Parts: sequence; structure tokens; C-alpha cells
Amino acid sequence: MSDPQAGAGTRLVEMRGIRKSFPGVQASDDVCLSLDSGEVLALLGENGAGKSTLMNILAGLYHPDAGQILVRGRAARISSPRDAAALGIGMVHQNFMLVDSMSVAENVVLGMKGLPFVPDLRKVKAGIRELSERYNLRVDPEAYVWQLSVGEQQRVEILKLLYRRAEILILDEPTAVLTPQESAELNAVVRRMRSEGKAAIFITHKMEEVMTFSDRVMVLRRGKLVAERRTADTDPRELARLMVGREVLFCVDKRPFSPGDCVLELEGVRAEDERGLPALDGLDLRLRSGEILGIAGVAGNGQRELAEVITGLRPATAGRIRLKGRDVTNGSPLSLIRSGVGHVPQDRSSVGAVGDLSVAANLAMKGYRSRPVSVGPVLRPSRILELAKRLIAAFGIATPSPQTRVKFLSGGNVQKTILAREIGACTSLLVAVYPSRGLDVGATEAVRKELVAQRDAGRAVLLVSEDLEELAQVADTIAVLFEGRVMGTFPACEADPETLGLLMSGAKKEA
Amino acid sequence: MDLVSSILTITIRAGTSLVIATIGEIMTERAGILNLGLEGIMMMGALSAFAAAFHTGSLAFALLAAAAVGAALAAVHAFLTVTMRANQVVSGLSITLFGSGLASFLGQRLGPAANNRRLVGLSGPRFGQVKIPFLGDLPVLRSVFDQDLVTYAVLLLIPLAWFYLYRTRAGLWLRSVGEDPQAADAMGIDVARTKYAYTIGGGLLVGLGGAHLSLAYTPGWAENITGGRGWIVIALVIFSMWNPARAIWGALLFGGINAVQFRLQAAGTDIPASFLNMLPYLATIAVLVLMTWWETLSKRVGAPASLGVAYMREEK
Repeated sequence: MSDPQAGAGTRLVEMRGIRKSFPGVQASDDVCLSLDSGEVLALLGENGAGKSTLMNILAGLYHPDAGQILVRGRAARISSPRDAAALGIGMVHQNFMLVDSMSVAENVVLGMKGLPFVPDLRKVKAGIRELSERYNLRVDPEAYVWQLSVGEQQRVEILKLLYRRAEILILDEPTAVLTPQESAELNAVVRRMRSEGKAAIFITHKMEEVMTFSDRVMVLRRGKLVAERRTADTDPRELARLMVGREVLFCVDKRPFSPGDCVLELEGVRAEDERGLPALDGLDLRLRSGEILGIAGVAGNGQRELAEVITGLRPATAGRIRLKGRDVTNGSPLSLIRSGVGHVPQDRSSVGAVGDLSVAANLAMKGYRSRPVSVGPVLRPSRILELAKRLIAAFGIATPSPQTRVKFLSGGNVQKTILAREIGACTSLLVAVYPSRGLDVGATEAVRKELVAQRDAGRAVLLVSEDLEELAQVADTIAVLFEGRVMGTFPACEADPETLGLLMSGAKKEA
Repeated sequence: MDLVSSILTITIRAGTSLVIATIGEIMTERAGILNLGLEGIMMMGALSAFAAAFHTGSLAFALLAAAAVGAALAAVHAFLTVTMRANQVVSGLSITLFGSGLASFLGQRLGPAANNRRLVGLSGPRFGQVKIPFLGDLPVLRSVFDQDLVTYAVLLLIPLAWFYLYRTRAGLWLRSVGEDPQAADAMGIDVARTKYAYTIGGGLLVGLGGAHLSLAYTPGWAENITGGRGWIVIALVIFSMWNPARAIWGALLFGGINAVQFRLQAAGTDIPASFLNMLPYLATIAVLVLMTWWETLSKRVGAPASLGVAYMREEK
């Protein structure tokens, strides 16, 4: 049922007072949202701001703890994706919901209500071809999903919704996987749908996209709705400020910055992610002793891969990595540990620590090859305990005993345990990825102080963070990472959030 | 000519229980559930079918009993693995151990007082051969068209199961659940219900496979009547690459080895019987090695992508 007064805007969706919490996180905190027909609404926010959660609630995948949803003016209970589909709501998820081993046509009708028991796939394919043409969404209905490029898979997702006559389309970071040309094509499709009276909500953290795609924008921060603007009345600068939430960044007390020799040097480094797509795209970096280099950027722009390439966990496909002048490109993790590289990984529970082992065992995990922790092949439990007690006291790890299993500790104490171990093993370079993510204020402070202490002791620290305030407080130099490349490097005191935000979203640095 | 046709006859007869159980397990695994309880379920199917046939004299009731018992045991597996998210291997193995033990216990309790309450050594109603007119008189082919009713039903089941899986809406839903439960869920398919339905349905067929053993292939009850067929079926599912149409070939191969071994023993060779008895299992290992090797070579083969993995929606 297409609305004849396209753009005139009858109210399609209204979400009121939506709350949703996950263990330890308030993902949606009293959020209200409305959507009219013929409208494209952008949901803008940093990672973890609660955009996807809110949309998963509207799509029936999550159930809100509190709040009300009205669709076309009537209260709706959306307890499953099936309910959402019945209301004309469809979502294109960030990780596509397609069955790889099935054909496009099979995926398009998957789970569809009212499909005959023996479906006539020829008819389905004809229908898909017709829609493909109408919206200029080229895709072969006979092809299997695993044969398709990511861009094509996204078209299948959109076709799936159109085939089901969805009126309300939710797109979760749709351009993240697209080339600029494909993004432009997607924009044309969205416009076409809007002109037919359908409505779309799209989730993004890129200001430029908000400007080109949307009619209205809502900004979320830490689960809360912080601002709402008509796109025509705002600009990327204001949006960046709203999204990050701070106008002022300041430099805090630490010893004057006096960098020494170059410790780490990356030259044209390339690496691939799990899917074989480029994650680092010719990256250059220089890091000196006594310096904290902060890597700013929206998650997923190569941060994890950068840390893994430096610590030997991921092969570099091109380029050079030098540690104190020595070529360590694609060195083994062990050789890098021996060269004094410490690593606080992004995933602290599965990569950083072994949850089922004791705090003491986790603390000894990098020293077990040598004295005093071991003699030859034999571990010395008493020495391990001694070491553990010393580190627990020094780093203020709150644990009932050194024998307590790490999985029973809080996130902050797990992080302190990892930090204590890595700093113990680190003599030249410390790589810390989101070290304060998910920690409370006290633990965050402790972690930051420790990083500064390492710098003051003359080591080089590579700090990956998505918290601009943290970077401004702790880092000496900030480099902005976008799609596997460094967009720009500044002294931390000169960096302002708007410029950083713009660079983080891929906009060119203004001269 | 006579030798060929008699081997073929035994092959098909021996293959019948394997085909039913294989198709049952294919359906279960397509829903992403690995059921290693087959051996126990088949054993219980064989026992309950024979006990029911012996006491009621009704073959229909015997089949019903085997189906119900198979479904009930599989329902336990479904409850443990879907609702409780228990490890599928552990749950399956427990059901095999439990089913085998219970069957051998009941085999000593469900018999008539005259036989010391034992079922062993009794004879009851059985499925006899029903020759199909004309076709059953042709040379060689007569071995296909002179079988029991269950076998005919199974020959029909193969194309039906294939059609169901690849051509119907329900089959599409089923395959999507085993391949990508998250996608299926997002598309409004009830993942848990699907897993329950096909685990129970699969168990029902496996139970019937057991019934064929005690009602037709080797009529009567004997300890360890399945002789590891449940395990062979696990291998056959891989051999058929989760496609019911291919289940027939694997089952015939294994039935054939059985038949040849049968013949050789009857002919009185020098080869010890235990060596011959070992052959089907040796072949199972060979098939597994070959299939795994082939799968690695060609990368994309039939195993449902989420086989053996518990699914839970709100993981964060």
C-alpha cells in the first residue's frame, strides 16, 4: 500500500521510552523515536551507542525491558522477526542474514508467510527479476549466495525485503561494506523507495552519509537520545560534536614530552582480515621511546589487525615493520615477546587471559620459559606465587587470592592482571587495544596511569582507543585510522574532536 | 545368475533398515542436530517392535510401537540439546548406552512366562515377501520386486524425502535452520521448533529401521540385534552427503558387503567368520576417510554448516 502523498508523512512508527539492558550495559535508555512515511531517518552514534540494539528491538530480534512501540498508530507487540515482517518492517543486518549454500531465490522467500507448500521457484525468480529492474538492484536469482560479492549480497537482502512488501526498511551500517559507487547506487535505491512512500531508518557513524542519505537525523550516545535535527538544518561539524559529546579536550599532567629514538616503524604495511579483505591498506607509522601514540578511529577500520600484525599474530602481506631498527616483519609471537613487546589485546577474556586458570598462572604466563618461574621444564609454584603476590599488590588487583580463577574477576581486574603481566614482559613496546573499554571510572584511571608510567619510563606505547577523551588525556600524538590507512597525525594537544571526528569518518583533512 | 540375484535380494533386505535410519538421521542433521543415539534407538525400536508383535500379533501395532519408542528417545535428545543446550555428542552417546542397556534388560523381562520371561529364541509375526506380479518374475529384477512391504515403502521413501527436502517450503525451512540458524531466525522461522520436529521425526524413522531388523531381516529378538548398524548409519549420512537420494547407494554398498559375507559363510570358506563380520565396519572407516579427504579437496560439500552447534538468540 503505497502512500499517494509520498513525503507528506503519515506516522508509520513510534517508539516510546524504550529501555534495554545487557549484563553490565544499558544499551537503550529511555529512547523515543518516530518515523513518517516517505522519510529517511539516520541514527547516528559511536560504536556501543545503542543504535543496533534499538533497531533489533524494532525488528523483533530483541525484546525491550520497557517501552512501547506503535506501528501506524496502533500499539504493536513485536516479539519475533515474523511479527515485524507482518507489520511491514524489515531489517538488513550488518552481518547479512543469508544462507550461503542456498540460491538467491531460495533466500528471498525464506521464512515468508503464505508461500505455497511446493513453492514455484520460477515464479519467484520472475518476481525478483522484475523488482531488480524496477529498483536497479542487479542480481542473478539463480546464483548461490556464496558466489556473490558483499555488495551483491546486500542487494539480495534489500530485494528480500522488497519482495515481502516491507514498508519500513532498517539498514544497519549499509555502506560499511560497499564501495563508493555501490553506496551511490544504494542511495538511489533508498530515494526510489522513499518516493513510493516507504520509509527507511539507517544506522551509521559517518557524518557524510547522514548528509547525503537522510531527511532527519537522531544522535544516540551511550544508549540515550541526545539530539534530533532536520538534516537540512545541521552540518557535519555539529553532528561530530553531538556524536562524540564533548566540545573541549584538554591535556593532563604528565612529564613533559621528550621522545627518544624511534622504536617502532611501519612502512606500507598491508594485511587482510578473516574474510581475506584488505584490513590494513599501506599503513605508515612511527613511534618513539617515551611516546604514547594514540590510534583514533571507528572500530573495524583496522585497529585489531594493526595490533596483531605488530605482535606477530597476523601476517603482513606487504610492507616492513621495524622494531628498534631491526626488521621484525612477520616475526613469530615468541620472537616478538623476546624482543620486549607487550600486548594488551582487544579481546581480554579469550585472547588476553585464560579464564579457567588462576590469577597466578595468568600472571606467570609470559615468564614461564625462564627463571625464576621455571627451572628447565619444571615450574616452581612457590616462585610463581611470590611473583603473583608482588604483582597483585603493585597493580592493586582485587582478587580473593592468587589462586582464584580469572573468570571470577571483574573486567577491570582481568585487565589489570593482563596489564601487570604484559608490562612485566615489556621492555621496549607496549601495544594496548581498547584497554579501558567496559571498565569503571576507577579501573580506567588505573589503566591510564599505568600507560603513562610506561611512557615516563622510556618505553613506547601504542594505544588504540575509540574514546577521544582518553586519547587527549593520555596520548602525546594521535593518528587517525580509517579503512586501514592513517588519515592524519597530530600532537594530542592540538587535536580537536571535530577534526578528529571528520577524519574518523573518512573525510579529507581540510588544509 | 542365481547367485547374483540371491546376493541382490539379501543386499536389499539388509539395506532396508540402513536406508530408513539414514534418511531419519539426514533429516535430523539437516536441522543441525547430530544424534549419536541411533544405535540405542534402533535397538529399542527392534525390541519394542518384536515385543509388540509377539504379544499383540499385529504387525501394524509393532511398527507403531517402534516408531513411538524411537520418537520418544529422540525427544529426550532434542530436549537435552535444544532446550538445555547440552553437548550433542555426550547426549547422543548417553542415549545409545541407555537404549542398548534398556533393550537388553527388557529382552529378559518382556517375554512369556513359558520362556522364562525372555524374548530370545521366540518367533512372532513377521513381514513376509510379497511378490509383485510380472516384475517379480523377471530374472535378476525379481530380487528387487520380491521383498517385504517395509522395503517397498522405503523404496518410495527415498524420492519422497528428496522431494520434501529440496522442493517444498518445509524442506527449505529445514535446510536453512541447519545451515544458518541466525538467518533462519531473522527470517521468522522457529528454530527451536524445527530442531525438535526433525530430531523427533528422525528418531521415529530410526526406530522403524530397528523394527525392520526384528520383524523382517532377522525375525525375532537377539542380544545386540543391530550389530552396530546405528554407527554405520552415522557414516552413511556422511557418505550420502546429507542427500536422501544418495542414501540408497551407501545402504546398498553396506547391505552388499553384508550379503557377500553371508554367502561366503554359507559356502564355507576358510576365512574365519569374525574376519568377515568385521568387513562392514572396515568399509565404514574407509568410507569416512575417503569422504573426509574428498570434502577437503572440493571444499564445499553437504554438511550443514551449523551441525552440532547449539543456537541461542540474544547473545551479547
